Amino acid sequence: MIPPSFEYHAPGSVDDAIALLSQYGDAAKILAGGHSLLPMMKLRFAEPEHLVDINNIDSLKGIREEDGEIVIGSMTSENALIASTLLQEKCPMLPEAAKMIADPQVRNRGTIGGDISHGDPGNDHPALMLALDATFTLAGPNGARQVAAADFFLGTFFTALEADEIMTEIRIAPQAANTGASYQKLKRKTGDYATAAAAAVISMSGDTCQSASIALTNLGATAMRASEAEAVLVGQVVDEALISQAAAKAMEICDPAEDLRGDAEYKTHMGGEMTRRAIRAAMQRVGGN
Amino acid sequence: MERQEQLQGIGCSRKRKEDPRFIQGKGLYVDDVKLPGMLCGEVVRSPFAHAKIVSINKEKALALPGVHAVITAEDLKPLGLHWMPTLAGDTQAVLADEKVCFQMQEVAMVIADDRYIAADAAELVEVEYEQLPALVDPHKAMDADAPIIREDLVGKDEAGQGKRTHNNHIFTWDVGDKDATDRAFESAEVTVREDILNPRVHPSPMETCGCVASFDKVNGSLTVHITSQAPHIVRTVVTLLSGIPESKVRIISPDIGGGFGNKVGIYPGYVCAIVSSIVLGRPVKWIESRIENISTTAFARDYHGVGELAADKDGRITALRFHALADHGAFNAHAQPTKWPAGLFSICTGSYDIPVAYARVDGVYTNKAPGGVAYRCSFRVTEAVYLIERMIDVLAQKLDIDKAEIRRRNFIQADQFPYQSALGWEYDSGNYAPALEKVLEACDYEGLRKEQTEKRANGELMGIGLCTFTEIVGAGPSKACDVLGVGMFDSCEIRVHPTGSAIARMGTITQGQGHETTYAQIIATELGLSSDDIQIEEGDTDTAPYGLGTYGSRSTPVGGAATAMAARTIRAKAQKIAAHLLEVSPEDIEWDVDRFHVKGNPDAVKTMKEVAWAAYNNVPEGMEMGLESVNYYDPPNFTYPFGIYLCVVDIDRHTGETSIRRFYALDDCGNRINPMIIEGQIHGGLNEAFAVAMGQLISFDEEGNLQGNTLMDYFIPTFVETPHWETDYTVTPSPHHPLGAKGVAESPHVGGIPCFSNAVVDAFAHKGVTHVDMPHTAFNVWKTIHELGLDS
Repeated sequence: MIPPSFEYHAPGSVDDAIALLSQYGDAAKILAGGHSLLPMMKLRFAEPEHLVDINNIDSLKGIREEDGEIVIGSMTSENALIASTLLQEKCPMLPEAAKMIADPQVRNRGTIGGDISHGDPGNDHPALMLALDATFTLAGPNGARQVAAADFFLGTFFTALEADEIMTEIRIAPQAANTGASYQKLKRKTGDYATAAAAAVISMSGDTCQSASIALTNLGATAMRASEAEAVLVGQVVDEALISQAAAKAMEICDPAEDLRGDAEYKTHMGGEMTRRAIRAAMQRVGGN
Repeated sequence: MERQEQLQGIGCSRKRKEDPRFIQGKGLYVDDVKLPGMLCGEVVRSPFAHAKIVSINKEKALALPGVHAVITAEDLKPLGLHWMPTLAGDTQAVLADEKVCFQMQEVAMVIADDRYIAADAAELVEVEYEQLPALVDPHKAMDADAPIIREDLVGKDEAGQGKRTHNNHIFTWDVGDKDATDRAFESAEVTVREDILNPRVHPSPMETCGCVASFDKVNGSLTVHITSQAPHIVRTVVTLLSGIPESKVRIISPDIGGGFGNKVGIYPGYVCAIVSSIVLGRPVKWIESRIENISTTAFARDYHGVGELAADKDGRITALRFHALADHGAFNAHAQPTKWPAGLFSICTGSYDIPVAYARVDGVYTNKAPGGVAYRCSFRVTEAVYLIERMIDVLAQKLDIDKAEIRRRNFIQADQFPYQSALGWEYDSGNYAPALEKVLEACDYEGLRKEQTEKRANGELMGIGLCTFTEIVGAGPSKACDVLGVGMFDSCEIRVHPTGSAIARMGTITQGQGHETTYAQIIATELGLSSDDIQIEEGDTDTAPYGLGTYGSRSTPVGGAATAMAARTIRAKAQKIAAHLLEVSPEDIEWDVDRFHVKGNPDAVKTMKEVAWAAYNNVPEGMEMGLESVNYYDPPNFTYPFGIYLCVVDIDRHTGETSIRRFYALDDCGNRINPMIIEGQIHGGLNEAFAVAMGQLISFDEEGNLQGNTLMDYFIPTFVETPHWETDYTVTPSPHHPLGAKGVAESPHVGGIPCFSNAVVDAFAHKGVTHVDMPHTAFNVWKTIHELGLDS
């Protein structure tokens, strides 16, 4: 549990951080909250020669509203998401889900940008970002670019982020009227990754589903949008039978790895069950909290 | 009364005297020990469960600046220390000798200036292996074509515990009247049989194992700071292994962050650190990482049981037959009194009056870490109690008798004590039936059963678990129990100072049990001195009297008894001094809480404090000065605490998650010294029972790779998962203990585990389920649900 030696850098600006990344290339890793990276280093699964700690870059922290969008700095901690009245009001699923991540100590350090950028299908924010149609700002030596969440997660620990880029912002549209959202997570214990989890954002017009956005955590190589499950609901009067149909569609795309949380069959069933619960809870929240 | 309360003695829920230092972070644990010139050791471990070692190349590691030594079995061989004896009569490789027999086995130790260099150097030690087929399933251990694990034992027909019949066979132990039991089964009106597993788990104390060995080349003396539950035994073993006189070996167990059986044995890391310190002449520290702790040092359980009961049609048990296949791993490092290869497993007749019984345990080697320790229980008592408490439920279901009623019909009755069990124990005391009724009433058992019937009609899964267990703790009478030939007595030395405060030193060692408080309270009541003014010291073999240590709930039954006896010797002397001061004969003196007075004259008084002063300046002619005593207490019997537990669970039929709605624990540990500490112990033991029953598992793949050796996977419940505990008690004093007390800290673990399992199985009883193995994780419970089609 002792990492090999490494060089530690603590730049004060995004430009300085990018310069370091450009200089050291694959030998460098960004240190955000550190709750994924540091255990991997202690186990010597990851042995970066240079750690670029971006905790000193204040511009990467905070939550604000800008041009009708919610903008979250990538270095915003989970506890800051939970405490944000702006999010509670305009994107309530995010603080709800953040409460289910790890434990209070980890949530003090863990950041939304780190959680997303790590590319771990067991992390919770990727599915949330997919369900919320978020957009990420990635800053690199040639300036910043915008990448949609749908285009970001390429494989396990593999994302659209280049080695010399830093995720600086997450942009999310505020929750629309007549919309409800919920994240349902099954885990073995506090601090654990999800056995299975599902995010659902449902908009209703009367009894009819106007739009549905459903995404799954830890049920495949990356977080996944369950488009066919969404299609089952849209334009329909949603009842229990239809929710079960949607859950069945979500289960079809599940391809989880067996581990001590359960085998593929169990996890797939739990993917279905979490989808069912997320849809139900989201619908209940339409038009109120 | 007021004087009595001021003492804060027996029966007082006073706050723990040790806690101010713990809650201020002022404890001193072994990793806090930093000695001048200290080096650090890091163990190089095997990636394979079973492999030949082709070569070890140390060159690159030795070339790293700051590395002092890399030791292997070859280096230990000239000292005869590449193998070491175990408590179970076997030998264990200190460092792998030509082959490795379990994953993460110790292959070499690197000694370096600090832990960082040591960790880097460990990676530079090049070991070439030739992999061998691994034996993981103990049921296949004695197959004709099973891989031979212990080449060193080939051709030897015993491994310290009687005759062997196979290269992977360690021992066969049995007890009871086999023929009479077989006959009782043949003629029984009803019999039940069930395969019941106590899975491999790990005690996982918060503090991992470790030591700092420091050899003084000038004096030829060795000091070892070590996280040990048995420091005096460690000293004896170190002397036997090293040849250093016991008077020049000092073992210091500082504050210990939990033991739970994990810190009883001697581990290879200790031996390597000691040897390195002797050779290098500098202190050497070795501390396990969490992964090393879970993977290598002292697992528990791995008992693959078969339970059988015979009964009449009214559910009265007529015979018991239990068998267990015990997976001891690659070396038999089982923690046990010497003569007990299956520990106290023969307590498996439980709280029931069973006329005839037979129990047998077969121990085998597999390619897994060695151990088989008593994880918060007396030796193999959890395994025994789990079997009987599960089996009585199986019998109840077979006969469609209520699970409380079947217990009533089989209980040993109060007037049968002392009770001679079919497997040879004399239960000192018990009173089970009224305790059961108390719990049933407190929980409205009938109401719960009614609710369960209604829920079942709606397809909901609700289970009610009962456990009515008897423990056997306080090892133990030296005629039956020894460790390496040393009888399992324990000791207390009390010294009363002139101004009336006192220090007591013990052969036991606290790991969180609150000894500094409990023993002080005993002395307070016995000597009439405030427990605030009584210091308790343990763990330093240079100052404490020899004792066997703390495990198997033996501190109060044995150490507590020694404390009372030592105090009574002091009081007897004090009485003579008081008589001398009051100018009467000792027979005319009466004891009154904290003072002596002349019979019939309450004004002629000498307080214990006054007597203490006199003990150092004015004693009767011919009497030695001073006021101190030491007692080595050899208990006449074990103590037999019991408990009645009830658990209610609700199971989510879609996810398999089990929610503990209620857990009611009634414990009877005889007379209670500090009820608050007892309640804390009950809470802790129940937490660990919950952990074992609901989640803990050390599992392996087919190649013997350990799965899940971090706390991400290995289940330690947090505050969030832990259920609410309700505690209750009855008092049935031990007739042979000087204070009428019994051990208690392990009862909740022993009784809790079957109670959870009984509740989970009960939730499925109406579907014909009689048993499912632990752990009852959501995944495992869901498999039962899914097979029964209850999730659709």
